[in-house]
Amino acid sequence: MAASDVTAAPLVAPGHGSGLLDVVRYRYLLKLLVRKEMRVRYRGSVMGLLWSYVKPGVQFAVFYFAMGEFLKLNESVPNFAVYLFSGIVVINFYTEAFGNATRSVVGNAPLIKKIFLPRELFSVSSAWVAAIHFLPQLVVLLIACFATGWRPGPIQILAAFLGFAIVGILAVGLGLLFGAINVLYRDFENIVDLLLMIVTWTSPVLYDWRKVADAVGGPNSWFMTLYQLNPVTAAVELFHWAFWYPTGAVRDASIPVELPPHLLWSGLWGLLIALVLLAAGQAVFRRIEGRFAQEL
Amino acid sequence: MTVTTTPQTTATAIEVKGLVKDFTLRHNRSLKELAMAKIRKRPISDNFRALHGIDLTVHQGESLALLGFNGSGKSTLLKLISGVMRPDEGTIGVRGRIAGLIEVGAGFHPDLTGRENVFLNGAILGMDEATITARFDDIVAFSEIERFIDTEVKFYSSGMFLRLAFAVAVHTDPEVFLIDEILSVGDEPFQKKCLARIEELRAEGRTLVIVSHDLDMVANLCTRGILLEQGRIVADDTATNVVARMRGEA
Repeated sequence: MAASDVTAAPLVAPGHGSGLLDVVRYRYLLKLLVRKEMRVRYRGSVMGLLWSYVKPGVQFAVFYFAMGEFLKLNESVPNFAVYLFSGIVVINFYTEAFGNATRSVVGNAPLIKKIFLPRELFSVSSAWVAAIHFLPQLVVLLIACFATGWRPGPIQILAAFLGFAIVGILAVGLGLLFGAINVLYRDFENIVDLLLMIVTWTSPVLYDWRKVADAVGGPNSWFMTLYQLNPVTAAVELFHWAFWYPTGAVRDASIPVELPPHLLWSGLWGLLIALVLLAAGQAVFRRIEGRFAQEL
Repeated sequence: MTVTTTPQTTATAIEVKGLVKDFTLRHNRSLKELAMAKIRKRPISDNFRALHGIDLTVHQGESLALLGFNGSGKSTLLKLISGVMRPDEGTIGVRGRIAGLIEVGAGFHPDLTGRENVFLNGAILGMDEATITARFDDIVAFSEIERFIDTEVKFYSSGMFLRLAFAVAVHTDPEVFLIDEILSVGDEPFQKKCLARIEELRAEGRTLVIVSHDLDMVANLCTRGILLEQGRIVADDTATNVVARMRGEA
């Protein structure tokens, strides 16, 4: 484009992007950033992406023996292995996406200080990389599901997509929020690490939701409602419903398996809360963004 | 104060009005230090004004040198125009696409090959996939490192690295180029080539804003010069005259 073509273009204030919308416009750069992240992660590694099978595999084995065998959850939850793993994959996706998005702004300081780009790209690409790592785990889960007589209905498949969307949106939203604040106070990386330590236990991943309901006064108590409003809990329960509930052992259980109350409603509420947090994260990110270059 | 060397008929490329930039210098940030500062009633931060109300209009096709000694605010002004930083007061308007070559190789990653870095850096500087693919051969030819293009950049010598980074930077095609101290790249033949390329960009009618301490070079390259002293514009004239003033000759 010759310089004369732009004489009619308006004067634009530099450094003001249109937030997450710019990520769509810069999708080619997003693709390259994701590819870079993957290359860098597995540089000089013989096993490469295979590690993303090994790590959740070992994690699963440890939890399975600790929770299933020693704490005897095998006996109260039919097909406990699939129950456990379908929750773990959600938590793994969430912790990786949220944790990396929080570090992404500070981690890309050299670039942010030198060249203007829509900085949301860094948070989104972190979540994207986490989604790539989620896929092999999903493959392992599906193999386990088919081996145990998985026969899902179409709504259950949709529920899995809804659960994935909730976690993805939530992780990007919170990642933008904490990633931006982390530029001002690096304490927030540690705060996020703490939150992510707890998250496995605030959702029914290693145990069954009825244990919570029994402890807090029944499935309709206010605490139980609060517990279910956690978008991560909603996503975990949707995954249970999609991958664990339609397996053979659950169908043939001597005591019928009871699903948590208002499962789909908590899914929709979870999605709404995730979207609200995404909007809040974006708003805070844009407020602080102007100071990134001088604070980093 | 505005002395322009290009006719008023050409459109404005960059318009800066009443630009003020403050920096907060925080001495300390840990809880203990904050408490101590509170007890001793010491300020926890200082304000430092880097730019005091800059007014500047750059026309399309102009090549402007920002001159001044260390700490005069040149780089801050360039970062504000590129959008990396935002002004505290005043406005900046830029017409057309802008590329801030604030530092060569800012987006390079040592673990990627030269080829991958060309694509990544090109995209960071705002090129799309088709443009980079079309210019890839030119970029590699310009950098003269054809043999090593599929080697990881961490194995490059610093000269090779800078050549490739510079080659990508000068093959982007924005209307406004912001260049900060990157012309001192490589050996002399390569430097000559870089300058020739910058000349070419200027001849194509692109707007250049250059920060450099190489006074002879900018005097040759730029039509207009601006001298900054402690965040204020103290001279606005032809580049040659401003350089002469800096050297105390005028």
